[in-house]
Amino acid sequence: MTGWRPATVAAVRAESATARTLALDVPGWPGHQAGQHLDVRLTADDGYTATRSYSVASVDPGERVEITVERLDDGEVSPYLVDVAQPGDVVEVRGPVGGWFVWRPTQPGPVLLLGGGSGVVPLMAIVRAHRLAGSDVPVRLVQSVRVPEAVLYGDELAALAQDPAARLDLTYVYTRRAPEGATRPAGRLDAALLSSLVFPADAGATAYVCGPTGFVEAVADLLVLAGYDQRRVRTERFGPSGGGR
Amino acid sequence: MSDNHLDGNAVAGVLSTVFAVDVTVATGRCDGCGRMSALADTWAYVEGPGSVVRCPGCESVLLRVVQSADRTWLDLRGLAVLQLPVGDA
Repeated sequence: MTGWRPATVAAVRAESATARTLALDVPGWPGHQAGQHLDVRLTADDGYTATRSYSVASVDPGERVEITVERLDDGEVSPYLVDVAQPGDVVEVRGPVGGWFVWRPTQPGPVLLLGGGSGVVPLMAIVRAHRLAGSDVPVRLVQSVRVPEAVLYGDELAALAQDPAARLDLTYVYTRRAPEGATRPAGRLDAALLSSLVFPADAGATAYVCGPTGFVEAVADLLVLAGYDQRRVRTERFGPSGGGR
Repeated sequence: MSDNHLDGNAVAGVLSTVFAVDVTVATGRCDGCGRMSALADTWAYVEGPGSVVRCPGCESVLLRVVQSADRTWLDLRGLAVLQLPVGDA
């Protein structure tokens, strides 16, 4: 593993009022697997550095990688990436890192994806990798968001969910406010709702849970209560420091 | 203590500068309680100048890592055993 590489911002794209996707051109990028992350390092004029970890959202081979960053108001790195960075700007990246929270097209069994807030980013990479590989294992994505406006990748996911070949089942859980006409009132993912959404425990599914620590631990516990083997539940926590994934 | 932790995925970047293989899939035995954990499943506290990784079973410190501009300090004394994958596994 080599160290830091320069990464040039190639394009930016708003995903929500508080989240943005940045496409980075990284000469020498060795490629990555769906679910892996990278570290971004910013260096101030006085030499002060700040490093944060972000999941890679894209899956295409090559030296361009996309990350989706949610702005944390007291963050040191995310406000720059979401509000300031423009094409042509250069940051440093290290990676890819992490082989644990990874889905490979050769992995057997259904794929259960549970994301809280911007925890959906590595799950989106898995959805995209699944589609790119033409895999026919079923995928279920449950995206938990506070309000409808916070949904990430909504259009792309809706299109995939309508394509039978994509084998994607998509559910949104709104924790603060549901959209008009929603079948469920706003509320957290609880045991009853979770068990109605997941594959049966004996289906051989692997679950990937990513989000804030509280979300991840609550959902992982619910999965185990629903009969999932702990070894089939992969988790990744992110938070304000170190892991703005 | 457990409110602000992330997990071992958050220290994968800095540890990638030390280990030749991916450590998130490495497993380690806690020297305190004997529990085996994948690094990705441990609790990581990354707010300090360095990072502290604790056992999710007993909260003992497994690993501490601090990096400066020109060196890395790695304290593994809380790990009785560290089992690493070979190659790119």
